[in-house]
Amino acid sequence: MTNLLTKDEAPAATTTPTKGSRFTAAASNYIEDRTSISGAVKEFGRKIFPDHWSFMLGEVSLYSFVIIFLTGSFLTFFYQASMATVIYDGSYVPLKGLEMSTAMSSSLHISFDLRGGLLIRQIHHWAALVFVAAIGLHMLRIYFTGAFRKPRELNWVIGFVLFILAMAEGFTGYSLPDDLLSGNGLRIIEGMVQGIPFVGTWISFLVFGGDFPGTAIVGRLYTLHILLLPAIIVALIAMHLVFVIVHKHTQFSGPGKTENNVVGAPILPMFAAKAGGFFFIVFGIIVLMASFFTINPIWNYGPYDPSPVSAGTQPDWYIGFADGALRLMPPGLEVVLFNHTYSFNILIPLVVLGLFILVVLIYPFIEAWITGDKREHHLLDRPRNVPTRTAIGAAGVTFYASLWAAASSDIVATHFQLSIEGVIHTVQATTILGPIAAYLITKRVCIALMKKDREIALHGYESGRIVRLPGGEYIEVHQPVDEYERWKLVNFTDNKPLMIRPNAKGQITGLQKVRVGMSKWFFEDRISPVTTKELEHGDHH
Amino acid sequence: MAHDDNSGKEVAAPVSSAADKYEGPSTGTAVIASDAFTDPGFPPHRERMTDLDPKADKRAERQVFTLFYLSIAGSIFAIASYIGFPIESGATGDLRLSTLTLGVGIALALLGLGLGAVHWSKALMMNEEGIDERHPIRGTEATRDRAVEIFKQANEESGIGRRTVIRNTLIGALVAFPLPAVVLFRGLGPMNVNPVESLSSTMWKKGMRLTLDPSGLPVKAADVTLGSAFHIIPEGINDFHDKLERKAKAAVLLMRLDPKDLNPSPGREGWAYDGIVAYSKICTHVGCPVALYEQQTHHLLCPCHQSTFDVENECKVVFGPAARALPQLPITVDSDGYLVAQSDFNEPVGPSFWERS
Ligand code: FES
Repeated sequence: MTNLLTKDEAPAATTTPTKGSRFTAAASNYIEDRTSISGAVKEFGRKIFPDHWSFMLGEVSLYSFVIIFLTGSFLTFFYQASMATVIYDGSYVPLKGLEMSTAMSSSLHISFDLRGGLLIRQIHHWAALVFVAAIGLHMLRIYFTGAFRKPRELNWVIGFVLFILAMAEGFTGYSLPDDLLSGNGLRIIEGMVQGIPFVGTWISFLVFGGDFPGTAIVGRLYTLHILLLPAIIVALIAMHLVFVIVHKHTQFSGPGKTENNVVGAPILPMFAAKAGGFFFIVFGIIVLMASFFTINPIWNYGPYDPSPVSAGTQPDWYIGFADGALRLMPPGLEVVLFNHTYSFNILIPLVVLGLFILVVLIYPFIEAWITGDKREHHLLDRPRNVPTRTAIGAAGVTFYASLWAAASSDIVATHFQLSIEGVIHTVQATTILGPIAAYLITKRVCIALMKKDREIALHGYESGRIVRLPGGEYIEVHQPVDEYERWKLVNFTDNKPLMIRPNAKGQITGLQKVRVGMSKWFFEDRISPVTTKELEHGDHH
Repeated sequence: MAHDDNSGKEVAAPVSSAADKYEGPSTGTAVIASDAFTDPGFPPHRERMTDLDPKADKRAERQVFTLFYLSIAGSIFAIASYIGFPIESGATGDLRLSTLTLGVGIALALLGLGLGAVHWSKALMMNEEGIDERHPIRGTEATRDRAVEIFKQANEESGIGRRTVIRNTLIGALVAFPLPAVVLFRGLGPMNVNPVESLSSTMWKKGMRLTLDPSGLPVKAADVTLGSAFHIIPEGINDFHDKLERKAKAAVLLMRLDPKDLNPSPGREGWAYDGIVAYSKICTHVGCPVALYEQQTHHLLCPCHQSTFDVENECKVVFGPAARALPQLPITVDSDGYLVAQSDFNEPVGPSFWERS
């Protein structure tokens, strides 16, 4: 660090302290004497954080959670989680005199009779939508850059559990106003739970405290929403961040950046200012959204009643994939066997989504098993350099997107004047064929991009300048890349597929065969990075 | 923290080698080429405008504090609008104005702060990159050995490995002690009710009038014109304190078709009255109200997942994820000409459940 402090900075300590700095010094001393906080400052104050726009997605998730926490606390002061019936007598005229639950009437009170209440409610809801979306995008970033590899596998699992919990928070919160839409959402949950063999009927009976809708569910969801789930989320976020500090942040590869260093901005002052400022920017943008765009206008839906429902209503976006999965089931998937009903129209979506979630959850371990790579990885992959992983990711995204599209099938059908049957059949096909197509296309594209990178590393960029050679032929002059540029193009790991080999006892196990097969699938279409020899050769052309 | 002297190669040297006998983990299938490129180290540092031009530096400084001033103005504006734009009139316009001005004020306060801080950090703060070294996540061999030793010692001192009966009964007790808590959750649902029974019946019974939802007025057969559809609830349901639970099972759709269009199966011919049919409104998929009636096709459509039921054919499923037909409520008229139920439904209504046969 020595060479950074120039002479005229060093003597700063000897100048006469101002009144302000004397106060700061005294206050710091006071705290230090009682907490020994200087140790923490020394340890973390200049910790380095690398910078890349995609690293901000995790920050957005964290910040929106803080916003949700702040606005949610405010809302609890006014919201009443009771399903006792009252006659509405607030400011919103169209609902005056109607019977509704206390939960609904207190939500209307927040919206219409409390200054700023509607704004806070809308900030809370918008922030919740952003929260889940940011986690999802953050996970995609982690996935496609391979940041989940050793030593970060466990943090991937924690993050993924947080994603599920965020959706659970969203759903429980969505149900609290006890309006027509949220009541219908609960009804769907009730019907799904009843479809579970053996225990479904009883679980739904216990959860709702008797017949649907009952008078218990809103209070119970409230406890989950403001106590249990947030407590678990806060604990997991803390673990998640501790791991980030223990592991130190990953970085993209580049000249000077290695597996053994972290290059970036120190926490104090640069990273703190940037990240702190970014919190306020995220907060500000969400407040703007909440001021301009109405979200969840419960007053239009009215109180819950099991009988009416309006067409074209949509759940919050993150529930869409589950709703879509239900819609895609063809008719007649229900059998009665030995006096019991098996509702496959519900079980199949539950099992398929469960498996999907499981695969995502344990993906880091699957890939580590296939590659057999036990090294630590702190340099991120460029998605193109790991074509199979990237292609699997694209397939997963396509699958999720198809389910999500299915949840809007009715809107699509009415909007484009198509038949609902046609739309559903199309989405059914897309759900199965789309991921396969996405896989194949993505893999080809990645390989093409890698070939292009090789070309550039070897021969430079096309400069667009055409010259005529003495022999009369025309060639385009290539602009060679400098060594820093080239390093970015050639610094990635090359893997060759695993060879089948007998183990110590001289046997070839079935598991080994599977692994060899998987390894072949993962690495067979590899493109190796350019080597120095190749470049020398290339120069002689 | 070896601060930047552009010595990428030096930093790149493996750090774990030092006092560790630990060999380093398997590289799996990775290929290490002997003639691979080596890291050229950090490229030369580029100065920003604000580093080179004192005027640019001054300008950036002005921009930062202007943003902070704007933030303060935003806060004040928000407080003023809280006071200045009341919503107590109940007018929608007032509410919109209050929400908008308050929100814009707060957003300005937040964005001023945020943009100011970020601009400050980007334009003015020292931007030389720092470097931290990484070390393997696992502890040093010495630490690991010490940890193992501590565990061994704890095992010896407590004897948990040796005294197997103590250990096993301890595990047993730990497994057993949460069980009462599980049992306690039985209390989530009422004790004297069997969910299977309550799912299997509704409040409809013989002679009960079909009344309009939500008014509760009875319906005469003569009022149901050809092609019309009515939302129906049982007579007197509004007097019950648990009317929502009752309605969630008993809601019915009433339609009149040309009797020639109806195709009742044997034994069900008498369930309609002069082309008037009543079907459960609770979708057999997962329970949404099947609220949309297409007059032309005589189809009922569930808005939740688009299950479609054919009224001409006993509401069998023609499309969508539902598997079972909507249950039919047998109806007739009483002596005053009002529509009444002949009985309850002949099967459970709503979503399927395990005990249903
Ligand atoms: S609830 Fe009717 S289709 Fe799903």
